[in-house]
Amino acid sequence: MPDGGQSVLDVRDLVTVFRTRGGEVHAVNSVSFHVERGELLGVVGESGSGKSVTMMSLIGLLPSPPADVRGGEVWLDGRDILKISADALRDLRGARVGFVFQDPMTSLNPVFTVGNQIMEPLIRHLGMTRERARLRAAELLDLVGIPDAAKRLGAYPHQFSGGMRQRVMIAIALACDPDVLIADEPTTALDVTIQAQILELVKDLRAKLGMAIIWITHDLGVIAGIADRVMVMYAGQVVEQAPVKELFGNPQHPYTRALLKTIPAISGPREDRLQVIEGQPPIMGAPPVACAFRSRCPHAFDRCHRENPQRRAIDGLPLGQGHDVACHWGATHV
Amino acid sequence: MLDATPQALVQVRDLKMYFPIYSGVLRRHTGDVKAVDGVSFDILQGETLGLVGESGCGKSTVGRALLRLYDPTAGSVTIDGDDIAKLSPEALRRKRPTMQMVFQDPQASLNPRMTLADIIGEPLVEHTAWTAERRLERIHELMDAVSLNRRFANRFPYEFSGGQRQRIGIARALALNPKFIVCDEPIAALDVSIQAQVVNLLEDLQDRLGLTYLFISHDLSMVRHIADRVAVMYLGRIAELSPRDALYANPLHPYAEALLSAVPEPDPNHAARRTRIILKGDVPSPANPPKGCNFSTRCPRVFDRCRVEKPDLVQVEPGRLVACHLHARDTKPAGSTGRPEATELFQQGAPT
Repeated sequence: MPDGGQSVLDVRDLVTVFRTRGGEVHAVNSVSFHVERGELLGVVGESGSGKSVTMMSLIGLLPSPPADVRGGEVWLDGRDILKISADALRDLRGARVGFVFQDPMTSLNPVFTVGNQIMEPLIRHLGMTRERARLRAAELLDLVGIPDAAKRLGAYPHQFSGGMRQRVMIAIALACDPDVLIADEPTTALDVTIQAQILELVKDLRAKLGMAIIWITHDLGVIAGIADRVMVMYAGQVVEQAPVKELFGNPQHPYTRALLKTIPAISGPREDRLQVIEGQPPIMGAPPVACAFRSRCPHAFDRCHRENPQRRAIDGLPLGQGHDVACHWGATHV
Repeated sequence: MLDATPQALVQVRDLKMYFPIYSGVLRRHTGDVKAVDGVSFDILQGETLGLVGESGCGKSTVGRALLRLYDPTAGSVTIDGDDIAKLSPEALRRKRPTMQMVFQDPQASLNPRMTLADIIGEPLVEHTAWTAERRLERIHELMDAVSLNRRFANRFPYEFSGGQRQRIGIARALALNPKFIVCDEPIAALDVSIQAQVVNLLEDLQDRLGLTYLFISHDLSMVRHIADRVAVMYLGRIAELSPRDALYANPLHPYAEALLSAVPEPDPNHAARRTRIILKGDVPSPANPPKGCNFSTRCPRVFDRCRVEKPDLVQVEPGRLVACHLHARDTKPAGSTGRPEATELFQQGAPT
């Protein structure tokens, strides 16, 4: 179990299942992690790996049905927030946990001004007056680098470009000075030069505000430049977790290794042929009883077909503190 | 797959694609979105030309105008000897088998109510007088070529994953033995582990069938992998067109430089060392581009001339074409023969 020493958020054995007409889909299978004050935790995985569902389950953003958060604990601020009432959870969301979504166009309300949308959490959660909230909203827009902030409060989302809208989303998420900011593919819909702007902004804001950030992405390049620690997900499970330099320099899980090799390099020697990971990621119709990566794994052996590997530390540190991997390969001679 | 003297299969000259803006009660023509504003390049037989740029720069519009899915506003597109922009509808129809397209979204570009065999076989129905048996044989051949199991021929697109659907799209594009394929962001909708499968397939097919590709993408790492030469577009114009290695090692246009520096690198050690050029602001509207150089509003190295005069795309080094006043100042006459003609200039951009 992750040590909850200075953890702002501590998630243990989270399980989320979707009930669909075709049967159950086990999207999150016993996921544990924590994030510390001022830390940026990167969560990497392909679509369907459960990275977004994990984050949305823990703050109750998934519609139920079909989603069913079936087990686990989520400790925030000394409370297990899976067990608190819907009202109490609503007070936490926005106030203590900020969320930035992938697509800034669909996550902003087109019929309200940007100012209104930034003021809403200030009034709702902090009980500010409209005048006070308006001043604070202008400060926030200024903080996220929108020029002429006070004037832009009256503008509607369609009057902003994609990068600017994402800045507005970040301003809303930061409005109540949250302990944790969850950013779900915040730069995926943006162009590279705009993405570079947003990445700089986040680095800058972290230095200023010191909140914990969970950054979900499929882009290993983004993670390499911004994260302190990285968690790799596959089929709803954490398959590897390590400090960023350790993960990129010494990847242990065959999936992490393969993933790093499939991306062509932008500099250095050019590969003749791209490495591929054959096959498809599985759809989990039941809780895993064997390794979910076995059918695509070049190292799979009999044990992988019998037993789902548990996370084990490879550097002697407690789980979640150092480098851990969920793989039988290499475990046999430890 | 290149001959000793590669010929240009595709020649694009001063291509313009404007989309009219109508406004007011009378829907009067009040302006144009200049999606593509004077673009010229060649694609040589058997090569892959990468076309990169950010959203809205006009790269997809170039791809579509090349195959005359749009009627270009001006300019010529010569593919294998015929000016596509001026062909009559019937002549164009007969020309279609030589040029095909692979679309970005395999979900949207496959008819959900047609079986895989119908989808792949449709071009054959349209352009050949083959019997059903002959068509089925060809469909199976194509499915083998893109590694789809023949047993799947009667299934529907929804039964396939994104990567497999893109294979279906590729098989359909190959059905009539085209010479030239426009790949418009063929991997953008796919997961990283699946992207590599599709790119390897495209490369294998190119080797085997001698195809010529225009590979449109915003993924600069993937373009470095697949392309022989790369054109960088910004706001409807080509900023730089260079051989791949030269461009990635030493981009000449300030936009190309900023774009490449913005690509995040999957190496934390390298990422910390790198100096990123952060461009200020956003891309201007193509309905109202800046007066001088299109990039002048964001260029870190802008000077007076850039704000009044549009730079032409000229050769500044052998095979490297750049549209920037910084480099135009020390332009040498093009080669010892001093070839003034654009056509000749472009052919010097041949990969070696």
